[in-house]
Amino acid sequence: MTQTISKSGLSDLRSKDEIRAERRKGRTGIYLVAPGLLVLALFFALPVVVLLAMSLYVKPPGAEIGEFVPGFEIGNYMTVLSAYWPELLRSFWFALIATVLALLIGFPMAYLVAVRLREKPLLQGILLVLLIAPFFSSFILRTQAWKQILADEGFIAQALKFVAILPADGHLTATPFAVVAGLTYNFLPFMVLPIYANLGRLDTRLLEAAGDLYASPMNSFFRITLPMSAPGIFAGTLLTFIPAAGDYVNSALLGNNRNTTMIGQVIDSRFFKVIDYPGAAALSFVLMVSILVLVTIYIRRFGTKELM
Amino acid sequence: MNANLAPTLPETRTSGADLELRGITKRFAEFVAVKDLDLLVPSGTFFALLGPSGCGKSTTLRMIAGLEAPSEGSISIGGEDVTSLPSHKRPVNTVFQSYALFPHMSVLENVAFGLKRKKDPEAMAKAQAGLEMVELAHLANRKPAQLSGGQQQRVALARALVNRPQVLLLDEPLGALDMKLRRQMQLELKTIQTEVGLTFIHVTHDQEEAMTMADTVAVMNEGRIEQMGPPRELYELPRTAFVANFLGKSNLMRGEVTGKRAGLLEVDVAGHSVLLPEDRAVQTSGQVVVGVRPEKITIDRTSSGAAHNELSGTVIDVSFTGTTTEYLVDVPGIGRIGTFSQNRGQQPAAVGDTVYLYWEADYSFGLAGDERMDAGVEQ
Repeated sequence: MTQTISKSGLSDLRSKDEIRAERRKGRTGIYLVAPGLLVLALFFALPVVVLLAMSLYVKPPGAEIGEFVPGFEIGNYMTVLSAYWPELLRSFWFALIATVLALLIGFPMAYLVAVRLREKPLLQGILLVLLIAPFFSSFILRTQAWKQILADEGFIAQALKFVAILPADGHLTATPFAVVAGLTYNFLPFMVLPIYANLGRLDTRLLEAAGDLYASPMNSFFRITLPMSAPGIFAGTLLTFIPAAGDYVNSALLGNNRNTTMIGQVIDSRFFKVIDYPGAAALSFVLMVSILVLVTIYIRRFGTKELM
Repeated sequence: MNANLAPTLPETRTSGADLELRGITKRFAEFVAVKDLDLLVPSGTFFALLGPSGCGKSTTLRMIAGLEAPSEGSISIGGEDVTSLPSHKRPVNTVFQSYALFPHMSVLENVAFGLKRKKDPEAMAKAQAGLEMVELAHLANRKPAQLSGGQQQRVALARALVNRPQVLLLDEPLGALDMKLRRQMQLELKTIQTEVGLTFIHVTHDQEEAMTMADTVAVMNEGRIEQMGPPRELYELPRTAFVANFLGKSNLMRGEVTGKRAGLLEVDVAGHSVLLPEDRAVQTSGQVVVGVRPEKITIDRTSSGAAHNELSGTVIDVSFTGTTTEYLVDVPGIGRIGTFSQNRGQQPAAVGDTVYLYWEADYSFGLAGDERMDAGVEQ
């Protein structure tokens, strides 16, 4: 008999060639992932470590501006936190309002394009392009434009003054309203696109079934459409909240440096104006960790396995 | 004890309602899906709408459910006009072909959905009872995706039934099941319908399913009802070629009426004399189409000696199916005639054999002479 049973017995019935082929497949996977991992290591992991080290640097006695030496000064965190906790809180507060507003504005937009216009692909395509169109122009330019839109002589301010919602000597620019409006506008596509992608897969036969089972259109929306679009809403709110909390362009261009300053703006000025590298690094770290904590709580609370 | 049971029984027995469609037409842009349809389904009937895909049966069902609005005509349920009522206000529930179970809800929540919308205080208990009826109570907390196709089908049925609608609509609900499960569900559905006494409207393209389950079958074709009646009547006496071919199989032959005697028409079919009861003919003179069902024909090696209703030809195909042997016989001047015989030990005819085919005059049926002979033949 030419047939033999290998020493490993029946536990491994694959031939050597098969095992080799499988290993080769595994290696190919690693090669494909490697460039991405390398980029992440170089441009994310390493800077984070440098930032962490920098946040603990100390200023030696008699040092020049911008001169710091390696150290382990945890006090840096106490100093910046006690000085800038209001800006930190405000950042999350503004980001939260902007996220809620973006959801309220963005969901109907996504619903219109993804569900209502399903039978009209041309119109659907046009609206989708309009939705993405803002990305073709600069973020700063668009924020600058909002300054014009909200200006005292602008249409919105004039109209609000006319109906006496805004006092005659009131302003829209340089107010918290302007900053939140800017944030909402700038991050709206990040809210709409994930919800659109999700609603695009919504099986409208389920809505027919709900109607058949005595659910009014509004009832169907809250019982079927909304819960089923939860993964999209979840992704959209995260994609809006996280960058909005760290944003400094909107508060810098549309704010007033009094009651609109956000933490990103503080970090920016600590780095480039005051030249306080350890303080700026410590604040960056605080921002990063607080977002991480908030997002973790959010995921724990609302994100089930099915949503991820 | 009986006194306690008495009030509950009649209630479940008489919960169905008459359904009436009057002059229903549905147009989609250029295409007319349903043409001037009139239909009366009496309360408590198991009614089947049978037809090939695209015949308008599903559209009709969707109009009854309120998911499509008719272009013309009116719909009433239990004598009340519901034509302009939206679906959620109609006393109708549907078992969808796709089941359309809500994936984010448990099986129990799915079944309780309609009851909760109606604010039934016993929604959960009734839903649980509904699941028990379809023998799925043990899976109440599963999600629909965790069930097999047959189980999902039963959840969809329970979800519709627990609401005790006046009319229950079934849109090819067994289409996705395999043969064995299908047979089992057909019997279960029929039993449930008899128990609850609701009006069932069952849409299907499966003629066997329609005949086994329904009290009344309406055969639909190109947006119109071709013929309607009890399954046996439709089968034994089709009035159009479409019904003759779509509901079971038929042998159709074109001929000319040459005489009448004693309530029988004598028809000349390619030189053969075929007798046909006058009251089984749509048309009694001129060119007609004569039909006979395959199982009515006797296939024999020797002639019966009768002067009428006998053809002879050459066997061109024989297939053994277990209980029967099916034959295809080429008859000169007429074409192919199908028949079969029970396998009772006789020596079957072989391809190339000359055989005689004969049947009793009472089994013949007559159709209009301008019928397309291949109408309704399944490809």
